[in-house]
Amino acid sequence: MDKVLFGDNQFFAVNHASDEKARAQSIRFKDDAAIIKVIDQAIDLGISTFMCTTHDRIGNLCNHMRANTQKYKDFNIYPCMPYAHKYANAVTELGIMGTIKQYVPGNLFSTFAKGGFAFLSKDFIGLMELLIDAEMKMFKGINTPVIFIQNVLVDMILGLKMYEVFKEYDAYIRKKFNAEPGYITMNMPTLLDALNTVGIGNPIICSSINKIGFRMSGGIDIYEKYLTEKQFRPIAMQVLAAGALSPKEAIEYLGKFPRIESVLFGASSKGHIQETKELIEQNV
Amino acid sequence: MIRGAIIGLGKMGLSHAAIVGAHPDVEMVSVCDTSTFILDAFKKFSNIRTYTDYKEMIEKEPLDFVLIATPTRFHYPMVKYALEKGLHVFCEKPFSLTSKEGEELVYAAKNNNLVNQVGYHNQFIGTFREMRRLLNSGILGELIHFAGEAYGSVVTKEKGGTWRAKPEEGGGCLFDYASHVINLIQEIIGRPIKASGSQLKSIYSKGVEDAVYGTLILDNKLSGLLSVNWCDETYRKMSTSISVVGKNGKIICDATEIKIYLKEASPKDKLDKGWTIKYITDFAIPVNFYLRGEEYSAQIDHFIDCIKNKKMTDYNTFEQGLYTDKVIEMIIADYKIH
Repeated sequence: MDKVLFGDNQFFAVNHASDEKARAQSIRFKDDAAIIKVIDQAIDLGISTFMCTTHDRIGNLCNHMRANTQKYKDFNIYPCMPYAHKYANAVTELGIMGTIKQYVPGNLFSTFAKGGFAFLSKDFIGLMELLIDAEMKMFKGINTPVIFIQNVLVDMILGLKMYEVFKEYDAYIRKKFNAEPGYITMNMPTLLDALNTVGIGNPIICSSINKIGFRMSGGIDIYEKYLTEKQFRPIAMQVLAAGALSPKEAIEYLGKFPRIESVLFGASSKGHIQETKELIEQNV
Repeated sequence: MIRGAIIGLGKMGLSHAAIVGAHPDVEMVSVCDTSTFILDAFKKFSNIRTYTDYKEMIEKEPLDFVLIATPTRFHYPMVKYALEKGLHVFCEKPFSLTSKEGEELVYAAKNNNLVNQVGYHNQFIGTFREMRRLLNSGILGELIHFAGEAYGSVVTKEKGGTWRAKPEEGGGCLFDYASHVINLIQEIIGRPIKASGSQLKSIYSKGVEDAVYGTLILDNKLSGLLSVNWCDETYRKMSTSISVVGKNGKIICDATEIKIYLKEASPKDKLDKGWTIKYITDFAIPVNFYLRGEEYSAQIDHFIDCIKNKKMTDYNTFEQGLYTDKVIEMIIADYKIH
């Protein structure tokens, strides 16, 4: 994995410190061209991995990349699935069964034989595979060497202690997409223990890592212990703690943990991208 | 270990099941739902026992508490049954469909000395708690006006839905969405005693309202606005805010930040003259397990802590949930008059 991973929150009105800033971002990035411009700036600065949610608008970016293959031939996307709000709003409106019916490709009782079969026979793993395929469709022909499940789903499965689901996901991502499975979580120590119990060793885990312990569930001490002592491939996110830390002090802190392989960050201006990238390269 | 069960495995029920399941002091004994599809997933991937009949589950399993996250019309019979069997109860919001039923449940919980809590999770968001603290300290001086707002994109197309499209079952924006704002106003600023100029508007839904607008008058004589719309696709997710204007300044608060404007500095609160903006990073309640927001875990932690230490909850009691139901009734009655 690259040391520097460029994220997408800024493009989709996600701001953990301010709903108001989030809205300002959504105005700025209302056209896909504005997103592509910032990504091209990141590429010019030497960044070659974009880690993004499977938001509908990423499909437009993928179309652009496929139309300009030469320009993006060395560029990687790490998809993070699913785009949770799409499903969450659907569940509120349609219920869980209604949501599955809406998002499983094809009509359940129609031509899509595998879907109908998976649903009717309660083949949960088959259903999971169908939903993964649906989310991955937009990335056809694009390099996706690592594929993540979003924290809301990872942490749900973790809390329900349905660890076998991780094992099935892990196997399917390797087999079908020839990619490394990754896990985003707000509960890194608990997740690592859970993955180890089902035989998943040295996993890629992306979690909040910052010196004020923001969104580091269970406390900063156990996070630091795991980062120092345990075998896994950590990616640091929320390193600025939603803006509470300056980039310099935030990234110097990461330097204390040599096992951190990559840092995920998002920025909208060329100056910020360059500054953060240089700090990561100097400290991590 | 405290032994618990979940009744109702929709979005909130599953989320609660994960949070309860991860709690170090709780054994998640069983779950109950009418969907065999969901129950089969529990059978296949977990050791949690499954039921389709909540009475059978409560009879058979040695439980300390149940968490009820079913559609609102089932709250009354389920909560009543659980309390009669001596179980502590956490019930999702809104609490009950009629205040008559709600009053019965408040009485039953009190009479049996059982821990009772309703799922108004915004009460466990640090910024709103800070706002309550500041208002209680009288920092704004005499209050002039307030506004409580929530917007989100739950219903963005015309189509019929589930129970949420039926007002008699607790569906609609007033019960489902505006209840959060009413509950915040009630606990942070003051209890509404009168609704005036209430508007319930259907936008895309048939049979229920999608937006709620109106004036509320509080027990401390303050009046202010309620403005809630769940068809607003300019909001990625539910966005709830409360603002209060006083003679000495104003406070605007949402789940991520609190903005304070003061005409004079307040040294004891370390607040300058003019604007001070503080973020959730300063106020988030620390939790051991995180799913979708600290507040969801913090409310369960509080409930479990009350059971463990045999004390009554001071946030989101049944009585507080019931009061929110009563304000909902005031708004409906006011709307119908006009």
